[in-house]
Order: sequence, then C-alpha cells, then structure tokens
Amino acid sequence: MKIHLTSVFVDDQAKAERFYTEILGFVKKHDVPLGETDRWLTVVSREEPGGTELLLEPSGHPAVKPYRDALVQDGIPLAQFAVDDVRAEYDRLRGLGVHFTQEPLEMGPVTTAVFDDTCGNLIQIATISE
Amino acid sequence: MIGKWRVAYSGVVADDLFKALADPTRRTILDELAEKSGQTLFEICSRLSMKHQLSISRQGVSQHLAALEAAGLVETRREGRYKFHDLNTAPLRHIAERWPVRDTPGPEKSTS
Repeated sequence: MKIHLTSVFVDDQAKAERFYTEILGFVKKHDVPLGETDRWLTVVSREEPGGTELLLEPSGHPAVKPYRDALVQDGIPLAQFAVDDVRAEYDRLRGLGVHFTQEPLEMGPVTTAVFDDTCGNLIQIATISE
Repeated sequence: MIGKWRVAYSGVVADDLFKALADPTRRTILDELAEKSGQTLFEICSRLSMKHQLSISRQGVSQHLAALEAAGLVETRREGRYKFHDLNTAPLRHIAERWPVRDTPGPEKSTS
C-alpha cells in the first residue's frame, strides 16, 4: 500500500490553485471538472512529479467549517510539507505576504513553522536534520 | 466590610496562583511563554513534547492552560481565526507583596 493522494479542503479552488502553485511552488497534476463548479484538482511537488498528490478539495460540506475552525483556533496544521530549510522558506514566504501563526521553532533535530494557506487551513513546514 | 472582602478576595487569588505554580508542567509552560509570547495551543504542545520530552495530550495541555489562566498568569487573545496565549507575570506581585524581598548586603548577595 502506498500513500498516493492526500487532501486539504479549500474554500475557493481557483484561489487555492494560485496559492499552492504560485506561492508554494507546487505544479498542477490533474484538473478535471466535477459537476457544475467543482474540479478534481491536484498538485504535486516540483521535486517529485510522480510523488504523492495533494487534492485541493472543495470545502462545501457543512462539517468542514466547524472542524477546521476549531483546529485553526488552536493553531493545529492540517498538512505538513518537508522543506530543506524552514528558516529560508519562512523568509521567502513572508516576503510574498504569507501569514505565519508559528515562527520557525527549533526543537532538537526538527525545525517547524506554521502558516495560513489563505484557503482555510494551517500548514506546517518542517526540516529534519539527520 | 471592604477590608474583609479584600482579604477574602486576595486569598482566592493566592490559592489559584499557588496551585497553578505547584505543577512542574505548568512552570515549563510559563518558561516557554517567557521565551516567546503569543503561542497557539499547537506551538505550546510542540515545545512540551519536542523540547521537554513531556508526553501529554493536547487536552491535558488545555487543562494546564486553564489553570494558569484562572490564576491570571496566562492571558488569551483572539486574532482573526487564531487564539494566542501570552504570559502575564503581574499576579506574581502578590507573592512579593506578601513576603517582601529585602536587599541583604553582604557576601551572599547574588550578582546575577
């Protein structure tokens, strides 16, 4: 078994596509219309085009808002991405106007930071030094 | 009457304060908030588990934060969709006022 696809709920798929590709630097993998307004929209890492896809899923279901609001209030990220250098990525994203709820925090071998993806989620970036 | 009320009130404050400070995990939370104010519950949990190797659930941390908040040592503020925790050391004045620290000149005086 492999982890082929994982997902985050996004408030607005067009906005999410821009944020995840133009700001975060992922590349679009699939974009298939579903129904009248929704799309099957996935992105992958530029470094791993054949790797795990991230589905940017519409957040229309009524359970999504209370679930996400409660997690966001407590600062809990809904996805985690690996980066080479959290501090450098923090500076780069801050320069692009991204808002962080947790600045880079070094905890032994792990450094993490948490930002708002502007589509309703908090995302953690992490660097693990061997 | 007012004097009596004040004594009773400060007794309640002191009880919450001393109970809050009696727990080592809660003192660690205060240390971390002293290092950096404005932390989410998630960040506090990360610091406790990764920096201090404390295995404690988020619910447990929430309860510790509630005890610290009741004692006035932690304040929370909403900022948009997020909730941040700040350290407030003002209640510690109750301790210094009750048992004033006097300067003791001499060789034992701390230099730090």
